[in-house]
Amino acid sequence: MDAELSNRPVLQVQGLRVEFPTRRGVLTAVDDVSFEIMPGEVLGLVGESGAGKSLTGTAIFGLLEPPGRVASGTIVLGGDRIDNLPHDRMRRIRGKKIGAVFQDPLTSLNPLYTIGRQLIETITTHMDMTLAEARQHSIELLAEVGIPAPERRIDQYPHQFSGGMRQRVVIALALCTNPRLVVADEPTTALDVSIQAQIIRVLKRLCRDHKTAVLLITHDMGVIAETCDRVAVMYAGRIAEIGPVREVIKNAKHPYTHGLMGSIPNIGHDIDELTQIHGSMPRLTEIPPGCAFNPRCPHAFDRCFVERPDLAQEDKSQVACWLFDKETADA
Amino acid sequence: MHDATLRAPAASAVHEPVVKAEGLSRHFDVSAPWLNRVIERSPRLILKAVEDVSFAIDKGKTFSLVGESGCGKSTVARVIVGLYPPTRGRVYFEGTDLQSTHGRAEASRMRHRMQMIFQDPFASLNPRWRVRDIIAEPIRAFGLLDGKEETERRVDELLELVGLAASDGAQYPHEFSGGQRQRISIARALASQPDFLICDEPTSALDVSVQAQILNLMKELQREFGLTYLFISHNLAVVYHVSDTVGVMYLGRLVETGPAKEVFSRPQHPYTRMLLDAIPDLDMTGRERTPVAGEIGNPINPPSGCAFHPRCPFAADRCRTEIPRPITRAGGHRIACHGIEENRIPDAVPPYQPGAGSVA
Amino acid sequence: MTAIAQDLWGGIRRFLDGDIVYSFRQSKVAVIAALVTFIMISSAICAPLLSTHNPFDPTTYNLIDAEYPPFWMEDGDPRFILGTDNQGRDMLSAILYGSRVSMAVGFFSILFAMAVGIPIGLISGYVGGTLDAVLMRIADVQLSFPAILIALLIDGLARGILPGELREGLAIYVMIFAIGISHWVLFARTVRGSCMVEKNKEYVQAARIMGRHPFFIMLRHILPNIMGPVLVIATINFALAVLTEATLSFLGVGVPPTEPSLGTLIRIGNDFLFSGLWWITIFPGAVLVILTLSVNLLGDWLRDALNPKLR
Repeated sequence: MDAELSNRPVLQVQGLRVEFPTRRGVLTAVDDVSFEIMPGEVLGLVGESGAGKSLTGTAIFGLLEPPGRVASGTIVLGGDRIDNLPHDRMRRIRGKKIGAVFQDPLTSLNPLYTIGRQLIETITTHMDMTLAEARQHSIELLAEVGIPAPERRIDQYPHQFSGGMRQRVVIALALCTNPRLVVADEPTTALDVSIQAQIIRVLKRLCRDHKTAVLLITHDMGVIAETCDRVAVMYAGRIAEIGPVREVIKNAKHPYTHGLMGSIPNIGHDIDELTQIHGSMPRLTEIPPGCAFNPRCPHAFDRCFVERPDLAQEDKSQVACWLFDKETADA
Repeated sequence: MHDATLRAPAASAVHEPVVKAEGLSRHFDVSAPWLNRVIERSPRLILKAVEDVSFAIDKGKTFSLVGESGCGKSTVARVIVGLYPPTRGRVYFEGTDLQSTHGRAEASRMRHRMQMIFQDPFASLNPRWRVRDIIAEPIRAFGLLDGKEETERRVDELLELVGLAASDGAQYPHEFSGGQRQRISIARALASQPDFLICDEPTSALDVSVQAQILNLMKELQREFGLTYLFISHNLAVVYHVSDTVGVMYLGRLVETGPAKEVFSRPQHPYTRMLLDAIPDLDMTGRERTPVAGEIGNPINPPSGCAFHPRCPFAADRCRTEIPRPITRAGGHRIACHGIEENRIPDAVPPYQPGAGSVA
Repeated sequence: MTAIAQDLWGGIRRFLDGDIVYSFRQSKVAVIAALVTFIMISSAICAPLLSTHNPFDPTTYNLIDAEYPPFWMEDGDPRFILGTDNQGRDMLSAILYGSRVSMAVGFFSILFAMAVGIPIGLISGYVGGTLDAVLMRIADVQLSFPAILIALLIDGLARGILPGELREGLAIYVMIFAIGISHWVLFARTVRGSCMVEKNKEYVQAARIMGRHPFFIMLRHILPNIMGPVLVIATINFALAVLTEATLSFLGVGVPPTEPSLGTLIRIGNDFLFSGLWWITIFPGAVLVILTLSVNLLGDWLRDALNPKLR
């Protein structure tokens, strides 16, 4: 990889808006989401269920289920726009340039084929390799993701692997064509804690070694804290706060991030009561005007109810909150 | 305090715990149907979901069972509440052996004093029933109140107690969010005025901000009504937050029990240490979690001796052949491990110090 | 009282606003099928009002009127829109009354099959174990015989047992019993499967913790939650039952010719098909086809609408 390429972002998402036309009007599930990921960087996308984090990932894949659609915005992968490509071209890009790791490894693996066949097929479709080379490459990859005796296990079927091992195979499958970007949607949620740590470590190491950019979508702040370089916190379809992971976690600015961090119980912290954000995230049909967080925000004031805040630089991160606006500070 | 909960049964006469489990085992027959067994000559398969589990819970306290999937913690909950009869062992509720309560009247008198909160807020409420009928069901089932109006008033009270509006009673469950459904579940559990609640992963299906609401609510209710909790969870941080005493389970057996602070700050059993090391670090201290090699064994055919030995860095020959008996250490800390008993396992570097500052 | 009325009104409003009604409006096939079914069922119910003649009453028809073709044909008579049969009966009236008999037999036999199948399925699924194994093996055995064969067998048995004078009068009940008993297995199996899924859900466990009686749990908790698939099966099997009835009547073992059902009409007409009197058999046949087709389409739509995976 040449030097010029390595300091250009792998993925640029600009003003992404995902809509679902329903019989009760058009629902905006993802609204004005922008971010970029550099080579070898891990960007976390964190939020509660319904925040639009998974849909953002799906939109990047070009796999939105109709009637869902990208209504506006651009998705640029390595300099090429991919949000307006026809289906068959997008399919090629998905296999070659974007790797996928999903929550349930069984959905990514075909139960009828050996894992070797699935790996080799993916490699030979997208890369210039002979069958023997592809097989050798697959075995190396399986060894790299930590599967013992890969020469033997390559000829086994997915059901012969345990949950953790299957997720390793999925990671190998996602990385076998040397993609520029891996989108990992809740990759550890279905796994036990002890296995979680193993998978996170494998994913992190491989992406560092291969200079692959990673979009890690999860609801688990702990996973974000130990894996990501930067993190974007999503709320009701929009990014509330984005910044270096340490800054967001240790020095949260947006009242939502702040509340979220306080509501996570932590071992060693003897507190009787957890910080509580009252209420719950609004349904897509009932997003309030102004800042979507205003009904739950302890600091909400007049402006929050009428005007929607955009992301603005604050210290090392960007925050979408009127509390940090100059005009507010002056008043 | 905690001594009494964990000492041998002989000492319990001094201080009667609310709930006591003694040598509880529950096996499931998972063999193929009879015809297949005969033709294929396959043996009977017995899943030992829970094996020889003993603990006691004091009034107003929370005892948590923690472990990874398949360790049998949910089965313990279901045996205690009476959904499954135990294969061996006894469950005592305020000193009464629950298995010996013959006759429906006596059993029902005991039953209404223990209720359960479930994991899945979408499956635990009958989708065809109105919320007020769901909450009133224990009152009607146990015949606790007579008169329609009295029951209705009580339901309204309960709804407000868990932070919902009385008018919500006319709705159906699907009109509520996960957190609100869990509140309805709690209201139903409280309807029969129980003393003891079994909470099976009550927050693991919820988002963190909602989880905090539910955990706070549960703590508040415990203070207000002096409730005793058996709390089942795989999330160690949640367990640390709610528990007075914890029990760590691995493949059906309790490997370590003790006061929560003690267990979390001075974990003894290698499995407990491993679990604690594997938790992601939110304090950003730069500590890497230590993944432990290997995966959980098969509960149908568990490893011989100490079930943890294939993954244990300290395993010796004795661990492969002999099942460890629990030994009691100071402060009621009980550990079932040959290595600890023989003093050949070095003290753990405590990953967590109680009393460190809070995040917020 | 007002509270109940309000509840009811709220329920109806929710239903009209719900996904089922929406998916119904979206599906043209379902709307047309429902319309056709509705017209056929209501005209069958209102047969005495709609028909010009009573085919059961020999005094209302005359041999002189026999074998008129439909009215648009050369020899047609405007009094008999679809023509008459060999005894001078008005075909339209005969079809209206005939579909009444056919639908009644179909409806009540499915009701009977449900009354047998649902409790067996519930108990089998809820209790499980040996009882379940025994009941399901019985069901398997019955399922390996075609429904029509079982119905024929029962019909034949009844004919043998019943004294001659009762035979005619009870024929229709025998038919309902025979068709019903040959369809219970489907209900039992569906209910059993759904019941096994439901009984492991936590709301059932909660009811068990409260010490609720198994019958209470089955009836009040599980049954309302498995009515969806039962309704689908009932709809599709209604069409099947009507066909079974027609087949039996066509074979001459069904309802007597004095109270002709669609199947009987087809059988009678069949004898005249080669004499060129095609309308006697074609019209009842067409009605049978349209009825079963639209009921089946309705059932298909219902199955898709109730399946959350397809939505």
